Amino acid sequence: MRKFLASAEFLAGTVASAVLFSSAVARADQPREWEMTFQAPATDMMRQIERFGNYTMWFIVPITILVLVLLLACILRFRASVNPVPSRTSHNTLIEVIWTVGPVIVLLLIAIPSFQLLTAQYTPPEEAKLTVKATGNQWNWDYEYQVDKSFSFNSAVLQDADRAKSGKEDRSLYPRLLAVDNELVVPVNTMTRVLITATDVIHSFAVPSFGIKMDAVPGRTNETWFKAEKEGLYYGQCSQLCGKDHAFMPIAVRVVSDEQFKTWLATAKTDVPAANKALMAEIDGTNKVAAAGN
Amino acid sequence: MAEAAAHDHDDHRPHGWVRWVYSTNHKDIGTLYLIFAIIAGIVGGALSVAIRMELQEPGIQIFSGLAQMVYGMQGDAAIDGGKSMYNAFGAAHGLIMIFFMVMPALIGGFANWMVPIMIGAPDMAFPRMNNISFWLLPPAFILLLSSMFVPSAPGAFGVGGGWTIYPPLSTSGQPGPAMDLAILSIHIAGASSILGAINFITTIFNMRAPGMTLHKMPLFAWAVLITAFLLLLSLPVLAGAITMLLTDRNFGTSFFVSDNGGDPILFQHLFWFFGHPEVYILILPGFGIVSHIVSTFSKKPVFGYLGMAYAMVAIGAVGFIVWAHHMYTTGLSLDTQRYFVFATMVIAVPTGVKIFSWIATMWGGSISFKPPMLWALGFIFLFTIGGVTGVQLANAGLDRSLHDTYFVIAHFHYVLSLGAVFAIFAGWYYWFPKMTGYMYSPVIANTHFWVTFVGVNLIFFPQHFLGLAGMPRRTVDYPDAFAGWNMVSSYGSYIAAVGVAIFLYGVFEAFQKKRVAGANPWGEGATTLEWQLPSPPPFHQWEQLPKIK
Repeated sequence: MRKFLASAEFLAGTVASAVLFSSAVARADQPREWEMTFQAPATDMMRQIERFGNYTMWFIVPITILVLVLLLACILRFRASVNPVPSRTSHNTLIEVIWTVGPVIVLLLIAIPSFQLLTAQYTPPEEAKLTVKATGNQWNWDYEYQVDKSFSFNSAVLQDADRAKSGKEDRSLYPRLLAVDNELVVPVNTMTRVLITATDVIHSFAVPSFGIKMDAVPGRTNETWFKAEKEGLYYGQCSQLCGKDHAFMPIAVRVVSDEQFKTWLATAKTDVPAANKALMAEIDGTNKVAAAGN
Repeated sequence: MAEAAAHDHDDHRPHGWVRWVYSTNHKDIGTLYLIFAIIAGIVGGALSVAIRMELQEPGIQIFSGLAQMVYGMQGDAAIDGGKSMYNAFGAAHGLIMIFFMVMPALIGGFANWMVPIMIGAPDMAFPRMNNISFWLLPPAFILLLSSMFVPSAPGAFGVGGGWTIYPPLSTSGQPGPAMDLAILSIHIAGASSILGAINFITTIFNMRAPGMTLHKMPLFAWAVLITAFLLLLSLPVLAGAITMLLTDRNFGTSFFVSDNGGDPILFQHLFWFFGHPEVYILILPGFGIVSHIVSTFSKKPVFGYLGMAYAMVAIGAVGFIVWAHHMYTTGLSLDTQRYFVFATMVIAVPTGVKIFSWIATMWGGSISFKPPMLWALGFIFLFTIGGVTGVQLANAGLDRSLHDTYFVIAHFHYVLSLGAVFAIFAGWYYWFPKMTGYMYSPVIANTHFWVTFVGVNLIFFPQHFLGLAGMPRRTVDYPDAFAGWNMVSSYGSYIAAVGVAIFLYGVFEAFQKKRVAGANPWGEGATTLEWQLPSPPPFHQWEQLPKIK
C-alpha cells in the first residue's frame, strides 16, 4: 500500500520537478502536510536511499501481512467453538528449518543492496569541488567556505521580527522553524564536501532531501558529501538533542546555478549579507519573469 | 536451608507493615514490585501525555505554563524554562518507563512471583537480598523525580539530555545538580537489578525441583534466566560509564572531554553496550509470558520448545554485539558500519523463529479468547510490525535518513510500548487470579485491551510518516507541515490514557467484587506448576517438593 503511494508520489514529484525545472522556478524542498513518505530526493544518493527503502517494503509488508493472515487463520479455524479438540503437535522439523532458512534468504536479499548503498555513501564518485565546514553551536551553525580566501558566517533560525527586513515574508518558501537568516549557498550539480564538527555539545547536520545526516561532535571532524541536482531551497534540522533550543537550529541550503554561485562567492568573501541580498534579488527576479512567462 | 525450612509454619507469617517492609517472601516482594511498577507507570505515562499535549499543535503551548506553575518562572524565562522542562520530561519518561516500570513489572514482579513457583522452589535463593533489591528502587525513583526540581543548566530544571545522557550535554552542557541526582538514581536502580539478577541465576540453577532439568523448565523461567545474564553482564558497563560521567562532572577527569584527550563517542559505545542488551532485557520476559499464554489458551504444548528456548539464548548473545547500530551517524568507519549492519540483521532470524513458533502453537489448537490471549495476540502482531521496521533500521544506508527521526520513536515504541507493555498486561490478566485469588471482569479487561490497542496504534503508526518526512526526535516544536500527524498521534495518547484508567478501574472492581477464581481458572491448557497451587498460593509453597517426571 505504502509502496504504491510512494511510487505514485515519486512519479508526481518527477513530473512536477520537470515542469518546474523547465520554467526555471526555484523550488523549496521541505516537509509537506500529511506527508507519508520521504521528502522528494534532490540528490542521486537520496534517490538510492528511497529506492532501497521502497525495496525493503516489498519484503516487510508481505511478511507483516503473512503474520496477520496466519493469526486470523488461527483465530477463525482453531477457535474453541470450531475446533474443540486440540492437536498435540509440538514438533515439525521441516517447518522449523523452513522458517529459519526463509528469513535468512530474505535478509540476504535485503543485505546485498543494503551493503551497496552503504558503500556508495562512503565512496564519493568524484573529487569534491567545494568544501564547506559546518560547525554546530548551541543553537546555530557556522559555515566556513574553504576556498582560496576562506570565510565564514553564522546561520541561525529566522526570527519572525526579521522576516520583513530580510525579504523572507513568504512562509511557504521560508517556513517557520526551517528558514534561517543566512543560508548555506552551494552551486548545483557540484560535488560538495561538508566537514562537520561542533564547539559545545553534539549536534547533527541533516538535510533529508539530500540523504545526509552526520553528527557534529566536539573534538572530531566528520565528513559527508552531496551533489544537489536541482536549484532551490532545501531544509533540514539539527538531529541530535543539544539542549533547550534543539528544535530551533535549522539547516537551510540554497542550491543555485554556477554563475549565481560565482557572483555570490565574490561578494560573500567580504560581505555576506550583501551577497545574500543580491542573490535573492536575482532569484526572485527570475521567478517573477518565469511566472509572467507562464 | 534445613534450619530455615524448620521455621516454615504459616503461623510465623509476619503481619502489618513488618510483613511488607521486612519481607523476605518472594510473593510479597513481587507484589511490592508490581505496585511500584503501576505507580511509576502512571507517573511515566503522565509525562508522555504532557509531551503529546505539547506536540498536539505547532508552537509552545503547555510547557511555558507548566514552567510558570512549577518553577515560578515568568515571561521569556518561562518559555525557555518550558523548553528545558520538555527535554526533562522526555528524559524522565524514558528512564522511568525502562528502569521503574517495565523492569520492575516483568523481572521484579512477575518473575519474582512465578519463577520460584514454576520451578518448584519454596522461595528465591537469597530472600534478604530480594528484599534489598526491591527497597533500593523507591529511593532511586525519588532521586530521579527530585532531579526534576533542581537546576541543570542556567534557567533550566531537570535532566534535559534524553535517557541516553550523552556527554558533553550531560557534563558541561548541564552543570547543575539535576544530572548528578539522575546518575545516582541510575546507579542505585542498576545495583538493585544486578542483585536481582544474581538471585534469579542462583535460584534457577540450584533450586529446581527434582526432575526439572533445564530442558524441561518453563519458557518464562528460561526467559528470566537469560534476562538475568544480560543484566549481570551489561549493567556494570553502564555503571562504569555513568561513574566516569560523574567524575568528569565533579572531579575534573576527562574521559569524555575532547579538549583534554577524552572522547564523547566513547560514552556512546559504553552506553549502548549496555543499552542494546537492555532492550532485550525489556522484551525477553515478555516473550516467556506470551509463550505460556499462547500455549494455555490454545490447549497445546508450546511448539518447538527447544527452538524457542535457544532462540532466546541466541537473541541474548547476539544482542551484545550489535550496539553500534545506535551510532550509525556518529562517524563510524565504513567497515564498522558494515559489521554492525550484518550482526544486527542476524537477530531477525531467532526473532522470526519465535513469532512463527507462537503461530504454530496456536495452529491446530482449540483457542479461547480470554483477555490474556487477546493481549498476547496483540503483542505478536504489533511486535512483528516493530520487528520489521527494525530490519529496515538495521541497514545503515537507510538509517542515514531515519536516524534520530520519529521513525525510530515509532519503531521502538512498537517493540516496547506495544510489545513489552502488552506482554505485561497479558501477564497481569493471566496471573492476576493466581496472585490475588479473585477473577477480574472480562468485560472490563477486554475493553481495556481494545481501547489501548486503538490508542497506541493511533499514537505510534503516524509517527512512521513523520519520521519519513524528516521530523527529528526530541523537539519541543516542529515545522507546521508536521502538524497533521502530530495531532492524530496526540489524540491517540489521550485514548491510551483512558485505557490506563479502565485498567485501574478493573483492578479496583476485581478487589471489590471478590469473585473467587479457583486454583486453575484457565482449564487443561494451563500446565505449569503455579496452577497446581491454590489461588492465592500459600505463604510458603512446595514444602514438599513437587516431582517432575
